[in-house]
Amino acid sequence: MTAPAAPLAARKATTSAELSARVRGRRRVVDAAATLGFGLAFLVAVVPLAFVIWYVVSKGIGVISADFLTADIPRQYRAQGPGMGAAVAGTIVITLAASAMAIPLGILGAIYLNEFGGQGLLARVIRLMSDVMTGVPSIIMGLFIYTVWVRQFGEQTGFAGALALACLMLPIVIRTTDEMLKLVPDELRQGSVALGAKQLKTTVSVVLPTALPGIVSGAMLAVARAAGETAPVLFTIGLVYKANWSLGGANTTLAAQIFRNASQPFEGAIDRAWGAALTLVVLVFVLTFIARFVAGRFTLKQQ
Amino acid sequence: MAMSGAGLQKEGRTLESDMVFKAIALAAAALVLAILGLIALSMVSQAWPAFKDGGFDFITSKRWVPNDPDGPDGPLGPQFGGLAFLYGTVVTSLIALVLAVPVSLGIALFTTEVVRPRLRSAVVTVIDLLAAIPSVVYGLWGIAVLAPNIVTVYDSVADAVASVPGLSTVFGQGGTGRSFMTAGVILAIMITPIITSVAREVISTVPDGEKAAALALGATRWEMVRGAVLPHSFGGIVGAVMLGLGRAMGETIAVALVIGSSTQIVGNLFKSGNAIPAVIANSFGESSGTYRAALIGLGVILFAMTIVVNVSARIVVRRAELRLRGAA
Repeated sequence: MTAPAAPLAARKATTSAELSARVRGRRRVVDAAATLGFGLAFLVAVVPLAFVIWYVVSKGIGVISADFLTADIPRQYRAQGPGMGAAVAGTIVITLAASAMAIPLGILGAIYLNEFGGQGLLARVIRLMSDVMTGVPSIIMGLFIYTVWVRQFGEQTGFAGALALACLMLPIVIRTTDEMLKLVPDELRQGSVALGAKQLKTTVSVVLPTALPGIVSGAMLAVARAAGETAPVLFTIGLVYKANWSLGGANTTLAAQIFRNASQPFEGAIDRAWGAALTLVVLVFVLTFIARFVAGRFTLKQQ
Repeated sequence: MAMSGAGLQKEGRTLESDMVFKAIALAAAALVLAILGLIALSMVSQAWPAFKDGGFDFITSKRWVPNDPDGPDGPLGPQFGGLAFLYGTVVTSLIALVLAVPVSLGIALFTTEVVRPRLRSAVVTVIDLLAAIPSVVYGLWGIAVLAPNIVTVYDSVADAVASVPGLSTVFGQGGTGRSFMTAGVILAIMITPIITSVAREVISTVPDGEKAAALALGATRWEMVRGAVLPHSFGGIVGAVMLGLGRAMGETIAVALVIGSSTQIVGNLFKSGNAIPAVIANSFGESSGTYRAALIGLGVILFAMTIVVNVSARIVVRRAELRLRGAA
């Protein structure tokens, strides 16, 4: 009696195993396809990165020389040969000046948010508005400084450009510093206060040093961002051909020169644009890598 | 931890030097509010002549004739209708989103769910490099390399869809290298790192327990992503996409170089056009009087658009993160 039942049960088992194997197979295929898709997405993003870097390096490397980095900019676009000296000087002077304004103010602002404001309404509003301000288009900063500064004084100067870049950097420095200060353990502050230190002393000699690597890294990323910006300096700094190492008077930057030269039909101008692009990309990447190294090596880890 | 240093100053006596310190720090923080307020105030007041002259035509008319051929006192006079620039800004940003969102989500999931932890930071660094390249360098690459070479692609796409109604309008014949589409492609490359990094942060707040539970029930990785990760982080991903949109709308220099600078509203994405930030960048230097006021007016509109998009995006992201933390 049981003899025929056994094969039947066995047969059933086989079919259901087959069925589940088939289902599992389909699910596995879908899963593999999805994983492949994620990987492909990464590749799709790497391709333009590789292309841009390849072109900037291959077209710029032949142009760059000591002469290129120091000689005056030719007055005519169609002129062949070097000269981005004025732009190199302007980029350095204007970016440094912007950093000198935005970084200390940004750190102070973050100290207010984290050490005084906490989760209060004002601090929350300022945090939100700093986030929003990082999203304000950089050309708006240029127009803003043009209307409140350049128009008032009737002169385009390197300092006006530095002001515009500082407006751009300020919210970035505030938010990255704020995040770093949040990571400083409260026990350190309590310990310092318990020893009788004032809050000024606590902040300057306990909180800031603890968070310093993160703050430095965030500030350097902001500097890198500012050094590469074009739109804020477009209407604010004017144009020069000879290096101007002061903040007064008109100036020019690498980014502004790339923009000016990129749409010219002359080979000499295009060459100088690629040379300036390579110089700028190297500068920005060096800043970015130092920032990442500092951040990865010394920063407080999130608990 | 959550209250950080804020609780400390309430205890004990408040010292004079601390009061001064607090006041200085507050002033620095409030600078953000002051600058945003000043931007709105100064730009609106500078743009006022253009708004007053044009009224609603400023955003509803597509006639942009800053220099009337008959001179400023000619029969028509200069006209400032910014609709074509608004159109260009919206169209290029939408192209950028359509291209960048799937790629960015893919990369975010690739980093969080697929790559081994040791390689994760390498992948993140590569994507961050995309963000580090200045926009003017993308513009130079776009105008010198991409635009001349992409025309053949446009032509073959146009030929392929020539007989399909609708598509043949959007991907029409006679494309040029400097066009809405080229600008959209460059924007897509530029906003991918932003969407990726915010999406990655949101996704990493999905509780490990839920992911482990899905896997324990026999889900494959894809089923785990679909069933546990995506529903959980949907709100935050929407916010990430909106942040990308805000960046795409305001991006100036790269677009100014590759969009072709022609004031027109056409359905064909392979034709050249213009966008708000691009027209400001290209014409501000040679403008004066009402023309300049009109360009600043376009800036006011752009500022308002990006503020709305960014505020809502931040609120969405923050809500989503808070909810996730609460669930964890």
